[in-house]
Amino acid sequence: MDDASKKAIPPTAPIKSATFTDPVNAEIRRAAATGIYDIRGGGAKRKVPHFDDLLFLGASISRYPLEGYREKCATNVTLGTRFASKPIEIDIPITIAGMSFGALSGPAKEALGRGATMAGTSTTTGDGGMTEEERGHSKILVYQYLPSRYGMNPNDLRRADAIEVVVGQGAKPGGGGMLLGQKISDRVAGMRDLPAGIDQRSACRHPDWTGPDDLEIKILELREITNWEKPIYVKIGGARPYFDTTLAVKAGADVVVIDGMQGGTAATQDVFIEHVGQPTLACIRPAVKALQDLDMHREVQLIVSGGIRTGADVAKALALGADAVSIGTAALIALGDNDPRWEEEYQRLGTTAGAYDDWHEGRDPAGITTQDPDLMSRLDPVAGGRRLRNYLKVMTLEAQTIARACGKSHVHNLEPEDLCALTIEASAMAGVPLAGTNWIPGQGSF
Amino acid sequence: MQQFDLEAEGLRKLNQTLHALGNDTNQKTWEVINPRGSHAIAVGLDVPIEVTVRGSTGYYCGGMNKQATIIVDGSAGPGVAENMMSGKVIIEGDASQYAGATGRGGLLVIKGNAASRCGISMKGINIVVHGNIGHMSAFMAQKGNLVVLGDAGEALGDSLYEAQIFVRGSVKSLGADCIEKEMRPEHIEVLKTLLEDAGADAKPEEFRRYGSARNLYHFDIDHADSY
Repeated sequence: MDDASKKAIPPTAPIKSATFTDPVNAEIRRAAATGIYDIRGGGAKRKVPHFDDLLFLGASISRYPLEGYREKCATNVTLGTRFASKPIEIDIPITIAGMSFGALSGPAKEALGRGATMAGTSTTTGDGGMTEEERGHSKILVYQYLPSRYGMNPNDLRRADAIEVVVGQGAKPGGGGMLLGQKISDRVAGMRDLPAGIDQRSACRHPDWTGPDDLEIKILELREITNWEKPIYVKIGGARPYFDTTLAVKAGADVVVIDGMQGGTAATQDVFIEHVGQPTLACIRPAVKALQDLDMHREVQLIVSGGIRTGADVAKALALGADAVSIGTAALIALGDNDPRWEEEYQRLGTTAGAYDDWHEGRDPAGITTQDPDLMSRLDPVAGGRRLRNYLKVMTLEAQTIARACGKSHVHNLEPEDLCALTIEASAMAGVPLAGTNWIPGQGSF
Repeated sequence: MQQFDLEAEGLRKLNQTLHALGNDTNQKTWEVINPRGSHAIAVGLDVPIEVTVRGSTGYYCGGMNKQATIIVDGSAGPGVAENMMSGKVIIEGDASQYAGATGRGGLLVIKGNAASRCGISMKGINIVVHGNIGHMSAFMAQKGNLVVLGDAGEALGDSLYEAQIFVRGSVKSLGADCIEKEMRPEHIEVLKTLLEDAGADAKPEEFRRYGSARNLYHFDIDHADSY
């Protein structure tokens, strides 16, 4: 073959491996260079079946819709009707999930409190304990009782409006936390009884109980200390939703919070975030089934969290049987997290707006996931609170709009029959028919 | 002395009654009879009174105590004095697992033995055990002192932070990052006071001190074998 003929042969197209992708290879190189697994914040970034794979059917002849903006569609929720003498009343079916002081700045906690209070809902503390910023600005505050017991104080238990016993987290069922030393300011260290500057591990299990029977007695103790006034939530990571919900109810929970794998975290191993737990969509129906089997659906309320973003997500979670949803990551974005206005600084950190997740390094340009005083001052808690309030109101309006279209005068009247699924996977997970069929794969098993 | 019959009047009434007392109450001493292993006896107290429980208790007796002195004239179930903030809890008999867990202050005295996980995740409490303690005690302990006149079980002080452990007897094994440390004069002083406060018949010089090697304070791949 002469040279001219050789040049005429098209070269083999370079094909990158679908297994060894650029991000995979980059991670191999990073691990080889540092000897440390990737620790990051946020939730799962991989694509999993989600609420986007469901559609509402709306009303035509067989169902009768309500008039938008004219006919009332209620959104209020009561949480803790089982045992607590002072159940929580919230105006909207969306709460703010637990996010710790330490992971978040003081102004960020204040902004969450301001926004939630204006919207008529609750905020939740986190691993760092209760801050004055949050208690002062949250009309309704849920106090998390965590395995680490950092910042745990009986006075704060009594100052709370509800207590959430955290057993698991969607981003890392079975895992603890790791707040790296660079974020441990003197104030954070003081609240956590540890020296400043050292890594703080949050245990993966409660030190003083070892199973559901112990949990039941632990809940008794918490109720006795708080005079049986406050609702006791039990938060579980979305791994075995049917069985864990069953045991949480058995242990005496007033409210079960189930957090799917898209749920965020302040900092943990990437391998945990992406590879442990089940998608939020897959967790709801088994949890609801558990409550129904115990004849406790609506008696013990169910809060669903993990990747909730829009009013459509809210409406879909409620239609599948939740009483309310909880948002974390979305609330941070509403405050200004990963905002393109800080793009230049994100670039300097080697990332881009929308992808920044190294919250544990404490250099958040948006001033939300940091303890650096200069960065913290970038977040105006009043303006941030207003933004969160707006966002919560929009989500609620969206959920109401959908509910009215389905003929419902309360968002809780949404039901699985209002939904269909776009994919077989979502159909099986959500337990609603595949669009255009009456087929629900996998019925009767989890 | 006020007497409260737990069997006749119930747990809710006991805790309600004790919670309702003010700091200036003249009802300073209480006796609880017929505990019969009940859980959550005298939890969440925040008043300078003395409560003596005549008999053995179930889980979490004296949990989250502030100010009060609680004496169990018997043995205590799991989690006695868990998350105590201040005050004193004295167990005349033995204590079950996770005694004094996550405690932030005050003094817990166990005249008999304590089971596994004694002082787990302690955060400032002082615990004196006259007898032995079980395995995994002081796991992830952050602050405070654990004093053991007898022997300690396996994996003592695993993943310890800044808490100090003093043991007079043998230690079956030390947990990750826990090492024996030099007993200096300031430690003798601390120990002397604790032993006196706990009514323990022992000399500080008889004890060995254990603490954190601080190798696990920052994530380091060179310590991967310890994780």
